[in-house]
Amino acid sequence: MTEPPDIDQRLTMFELMTDMRLFEKRAYDLFLQGLVKGTSHLSLGQEAIAAAFGAAMSENDWTFATYRGHAHTLARRVPMGPVMAELLGRDNGLMRGKGGSMHLTSVPHHMMGSYAIVGAHLPIAVGAALSASYRSSGQVAVCFFGDGTTNIGAFHEALNLAAVWQLPVVFVCENNLYMEYTAIGSVTAVARPAADRAGSYGLEPVVVDGNDADAVYAVAVAAMSRARAGDGPSLIEAVTYRHGGHSRADPGKYRPDDEVAAWLERDPIVSYRARLIAEGVDVALIEQIEAEAKAAVDAAVAEATAGAEPSADLLEMHVFADGGSSWRN
Amino acid sequence: MAELTYRDAVARGIAQEMTRDESVIMLGEDIAGAGGVFKTTVGLLDQFGPRRVRDTPISEQAILGAAMGAAMTGLRPIAEVMFSDFFAVCWDIVANQIAKARYMTAGQVDLPLVIRSANGGGSRFGAQHSQSVENWAMSIPGLKVVAPSTPEDVVALLAAAVRDPDPVLFFEHKSLYASKGEVPDGELVGELGQAAVRLQGNDVTIVALAAMVPRALEAASQLAGRGVHATVIDLRSLVPLDVTTVAESVTATGHLVTVEENPRLCGWGAEVVSIVAEECFYDLDGPIVRVTTPHVPLPSADALEDLAMPSAERIVAEVLRALG
Ligand SMILES: Cc1ncc(C[n+]2csc(CCOP(=O)(O)OP(=O)(O)O)c2C)c(N)n1
Ligand SMILES: [Mg+2]
Repeated sequence: MTEPPDIDQRLTMFELMTDMRLFEKRAYDLFLQGLVKGTSHLSLGQEAIAAAFGAAMSENDWTFATYRGHAHTLARRVPMGPVMAELLGRDNGLMRGKGGSMHLTSVPHHMMGSYAIVGAHLPIAVGAALSASYRSSGQVAVCFFGDGTTNIGAFHEALNLAAVWQLPVVFVCENNLYMEYTAIGSVTAVARPAADRAGSYGLEPVVVDGNDADAVYAVAVAAMSRARAGDGPSLIEAVTYRHGGHSRADPGKYRPDDEVAAWLERDPIVSYRARLIAEGVDVALIEQIEAEAKAAVDAAVAEATAGAEPSADLLEMHVFADGGSSWRN
Repeated sequence: MAELTYRDAVARGIAQEMTRDESVIMLGEDIAGAGGVFKTTVGLLDQFGPRRVRDTPISEQAILGAAMGAAMTGLRPIAEVMFSDFFAVCWDIVANQIAKARYMTAGQVDLPLVIRSANGGGSRFGAQHSQSVENWAMSIPGLKVVAPSTPEDVVALLAAAVRDPDPVLFFEHKSLYASKGEVPDGELVGELGQAAVRLQGNDVTIVALAAMVPRALEAASQLAGRGVHATVIDLRSLVPLDVTTVAESVTATGHLVTVEENPRLCGWGAEVVSIVAEECFYDLDGPIVRVTTPHVPLPSADALEDLAMPSAERIVAEVLRALG
């Protein structure tokens, strides 16, 4: 279908996945230390999908992600320091502490937001694609969401509208087999929650191993070029598994031990690392990437913990375009 | 100067802005080929073509979500929600997404969009097609809320809404669509957050919105026959709210009556009253009175709906009560 990624792209994906893994693990540690407040939803185990799209997307393409959006933010090369600082609720955070883990956004990086109401961002991504198409800008909107999202109305409204208007949007369902605590299979009328719905919108069903970065990259490139060619949206179901619970408070006990063990065996980063080495990549280069990722995370934590608390004036800023929140004269 | 219906003023305002700015597009159900179920968008498809005037499926979340995504990425969409009651099926996009994106991202996201909707009662459509929901919008930080009462204001405030950098909910009143008024020729651009004094009188201040403005004026003329001279203020916009115009008038008259279509609890009048009670307390010469619909869903039968909506007679009675 498409040519396999070249070595630079493969190393980029490995680097991105390694960054994501170490970032998420550290975020979890900081949570245990009481430094990261509120909730957050980690992408541990699902990194290959974010990394492959990060490598396949052009700089001006847009990302729309869910509350499980740290990895997708890093995939757009948003610097780790402000992301970590946002999790810590600091003034030097990506959104100065006003959004938090579930709403990571960096418009300069075309990371157009992380959305915490299930399904809401699918129509929003369609709107960005409408804008790209109207302006003939060649941009593509890529929208990531979970398996549980395929049962909410906004999913179906967005798919239909994107298909009717043949818009440049790629919908990526990260099927990690569970919603919060309930298996998707137990509440869904079809076996493949996204792919089995594709036909309803005139789209091809696409299922890919979401733990294989090369495989995801291939379908990503195909979908992106289809979108750019004016051939309309794609719906990709990338099957994966989260290593931990739904959110940080969740130990994930509702999942059978043998199922968890089997998926841990299929760790997308461990297997990719082995593949690259088997295909001749120098171990020293791999180790260098790993060391750099660790140093970047260390630096991000230092930057974040050095950040001040957000200043009080931020409370009433940014409601309206004039910078403030005034609703009366 | 030409006489225009409120309905035709909608198309005129939109056409004015679409002619001026290529980034303005429209989307909604039945708005293009059919010219809108209330015939408010007739002629726009012919004038601006199907790329800019788009019929959508019956997908309110997709319509408003797409408007948001388009606004975030350089367009200035005008989306239509056919009846404002239908906001209930897409309120997530309005209240959680559109209203909050700028704040949550510390100002990274621009949302220059307008959502137009047919609002209000008096058409015998029953409880799911008659509500006045401008107070829903008013209660959400991050939205601007406009509700014109005259054809001239429809044109001028629509233009202001399209040019505004923030999301504006633009409530057109169904029972005003057939009303007529003089509209000046040429480009019209109003200002959001400026109330209009429709009638000047020294005895009482009546504050109204949308279809309640002509109702209040009718009441004022009945009151004049009894020697009571009312000021009638058309708020025009709830957010931003022109407190100054209201407070200045109350200071002069010493009495305030608000007239709203919202059901009793938490209608916009309650907010206006609370501000005036706090800021003009020592200027008041009597109790402030709110005229609202009772706290019931709107019934369909004409006799019952007329009973529910504030009538000129009820306004007169309430004003006289306020004056003591
Ligand atoms: C409309 C809505 N309903 C419920 C929730 C609560 N909730 C948050 S995440 C989640 C599970 C979503 O599952 P899925 O789409 O598979 O995504 P995953 O978390 O597995 O990535 C639920 C039910 C919500 N945020 N929004
Ligand atoms: Mg899931």
